[in-house]
Amino acid sequence: MTGTGKLIRLILRRDRSILPLWAVLLGLVPAGYVASFEGLFPTEADRVEYAQVSASNAGFVTLYGPLHGSSLGELVAWRAGFLPVLVALCALLTVVRHTRTDEEVGRTELIGAASIGRHAPLAAALITTCAASLLLGAVLTAAMLGQGMPAEGSVAFGAEMALAGCAFAGVGAITAQLTSSARSARSIAIVALGVSFVLRVGGDVSAIGDGSLSWLSWLSPLGWVQHLFPYGVNNWWPAVLTILFTLVAASVAAVLLTRRDFGAGLLPARLGPASASFGSPFALAWRLHRGLLLGWTVGFALLGLIFGGVGGSVVDIASDNQGLSDIFARLGGSDALVDSYFAGTAGIVGLIAACYAVQATLRLRDEEQTGNAEAVLSTAVSRYTWAGTHLFFSLLGPAVVLTAAGVATALAYPAGDFGAILAGTLVQLPAVWVLAALAVLTFGLLPRLSAVAWAAPAVCLLILLVGQTLQLDQWFLDISPFTHVPHLPGGEASATPLVTLTLIAAALTAVGIAGLRRRNIPD
Amino acid sequence: MTEAIDATGLVKRFGKVTALDGLDLHVATGEVHGFLGPNGAGKTTAIRILLGLMRHNGGRVTLLGGDPWSEATALHKRLAYVPGDVTLWPTLTGGEVIDLLGRLRGGLSGQRKAELLERFQLDPRKKGRTYSKGNRQKVALIAALASDVELLILDEPTSGLDPLMEEVFRQVILEEKRRGDRTVLLSSHILAEVEALCDRLTIIRDGRTVETGTLTDMRHLTRTTIQAQLAGPPDGLATLTGVHDFQLDHDRVRFDVDTDALEPALQKLVQVGVRSLVSQPPSLEELFLRQYQRADR
Ligand SMILES: Nc1ncnc2c1ncn2[C@@H]1O[C@H](COP(=O)(O)OP(=O)(O)OP(=O)(O)O)[C@@H](O)[C@H]1O
Ligand SMILES: [Mg+2]
Repeated sequence: MTGTGKLIRLILRRDRSILPLWAVLLGLVPAGYVASFEGLFPTEADRVEYAQVSASNAGFVTLYGPLHGSSLGELVAWRAGFLPVLVALCALLTVVRHTRTDEEVGRTELIGAASIGRHAPLAAALITTCAASLLLGAVLTAAMLGQGMPAEGSVAFGAEMALAGCAFAGVGAITAQLTSSARSARSIAIVALGVSFVLRVGGDVSAIGDGSLSWLSWLSPLGWVQHLFPYGVNNWWPAVLTILFTLVAASVAAVLLTRRDFGAGLLPARLGPASASFGSPFALAWRLHRGLLLGWTVGFALLGLIFGGVGGSVVDIASDNQGLSDIFARLGGSDALVDSYFAGTAGIVGLIAACYAVQATLRLRDEEQTGNAEAVLSTAVSRYTWAGTHLFFSLLGPAVVLTAAGVATALAYPAGDFGAILAGTLVQLPAVWVLAALAVLTFGLLPRLSAVAWAAPAVCLLILLVGQTLQLDQWFLDISPFTHVPHLPGGEASATPLVTLTLIAAALTAVGIAGLRRRNIPD
Repeated sequence: MTEAIDATGLVKRFGKVTALDGLDLHVATGEVHGFLGPNGAGKTTAIRILLGLMRHNGGRVTLLGGDPWSEATALHKRLAYVPGDVTLWPTLTGGEVIDLLGRLRGGLSGQRKAELLERFQLDPRKKGRTYSKGNRQKVALIAALASDVELLILDEPTSGLDPLMEEVFRQVILEEKRRGDRTVLLSSHILAEVEALCDRLTIIRDGRTVETGTLTDMRHLTRTTIQAQLAGPPDGLATLTGVHDFQLDHDRVRFDVDTDALEPALQKLVQVGVRSLVSQPPSLEELFLRQYQRADR
């Protein structure tokens, strides 16, 4: 572990702009909710009614988690329920970046010679990331106290976010030991986060229905931290559980590290064929995209199964709960409730598909940066063909994964209208294309800023999460292409927005490709 | 069309940085042409322009009789390129990459591939991520050499190869040369390699061509070092054109003299009277060092 301190300083220097961005900015988000909830629900009675409806709305529970109270603090903490996922994502990306990525590109080797212990890079990455998570928690606690919220609840609220970060820093540390490529390490860690999210959703939504699967939440670190219930019961023992999990994960990573060779993964590299059975640019793109496509398709099918499977709970609540029947009647009856639930989950699925689309599109930039693009473009492959073969996957891949999600949802909810549920998912495609096209645009015109393409799904997610809560202006909500997608099932099906979004996507793609045709490679 | 590469006055700017500033490069069909210059001189940039990966801001260039930017795809069927820093797709094996690149260029000979794998002692079944730097380099080299093309563009192809493999590379290029059906542009920092392989060479510095010609021409530009013990004072020797770095220590002199000025300098020595004389033969190495070093000025 010698040299850990030095490496921590190095990490802080390299991440001096990105670390504060997520640690402070994400920490400040919930404080903004306080005023808006006070404005929306000024009286106790308003809050109780809202809480009753929300606590049993499967769509809300899916996004934000379980709700057990109606105080202002509880509502705010509940509404910030998607934040742990974002914090966990930032944490695992940071850990992988400072362990496996460095090792893969040889930076670790460079500093490794300078009397630095074998475990130091791992320790430095973990310590820094956990410290950043704790900072985030502290910022959140301070901001909530500043809004005049109760002390214990504010501390519990801060702890919820901080521990989500620590737990997934541990997960990232383990996956970084498994394979020799940073990309695979990242993918495995993100899949673990996805599984954790899906388990929490399954358990929580089941809990508001018949409760038979509510134990699923307890298999998920995201489920644990959400069961702190800040400002309500202020449960502390799930926090202890999460701390133990983090320590175990860090130790496992440290042991795995000593079991493997430098630069290698634990999963052994196997020999492959000595000659290729393929020889076209399209076949190459297929080889590079197929793993990603397969992984996302399986993930989307699982997500669809969960979303569809808990659909039944939505009906149960509506029919069983006497006290709520009035409210549901006002909202349009149980059919409308189920419809709006599936329209809501379709929106979430669409946004996740957009992340896949952006990731697949930015493979082009990966190829350029590694130098592989240079090798391919120095053969008789034109730039159009090269870009086209990759875009085939980043534009049609989302159609495949959305179909998988839609079909799985509909199959898992046999009482519903198969066609309508599938359609609700597929109408997301034009909005997904717009975000993919924005990635093509940045890649073609401003290649060095390609990573900025991730801002688009981030902004759309933000609009989805805080847009209605903060009662933002319609023009702001309209920025997100997903705002314009018809809400199916239940809503009005209209082709106009779909055609418009597709045309916008086509135009952006065309401009991006034209930019690519003109520019230096590599740039 | 006798020139495989014909570039005159090439200019390439990256924002404020001028990477190429009037570069001339002429490579005749069938020759092995050395391309030398200090780090950052612009070799890789020039090669990328030849490959249509980058667009030049000034000057004119033809490659195999065509425009490298607008006719890139057609021209690339006739050439193979080995980049200076070879990366491979982590999940493809070396053998797959060789076949793939060969087919994308328009065909490769399976027999030639097998022969080169044998000579370079490369295991083609390993995945890209598990190859060492030298072995990655070999994959790209074999892919280029086994391809059915008339022009090879090699950017520091032996960086990372061990001396044994470097020797194999030299043998293979010498065989190509004997067969005489391929043109090779070889960018390199290894002088012995250039001396052994190249018919002609071009030295560039700061994006400009400073020297170009055959090795024999180059030897003309080299200087012989003379050390002599003289019978009398060496009047006028120091100011003779072509004499450089003149040093006098009692009756001993030491100076460098251009090959062209060797005769007048020797005559002068004989006039004065020579007691002993040591002459060091001209070396290309010194010429290169001299050309490289001027960059510091
Ligand atoms: N994409 C780019 N953007 C900005 N500057 C660049 C770019 N590519 C090259 N340069 C600059 O152009 C100059 C020439 O670089 P180049 O890579 O062509 O040199 P080189 O002769 O190949 O050097 P070496 O022997 O180190 O490989 C350098 O000053 C370099 O910094
Ligand atoms: Mg170079």
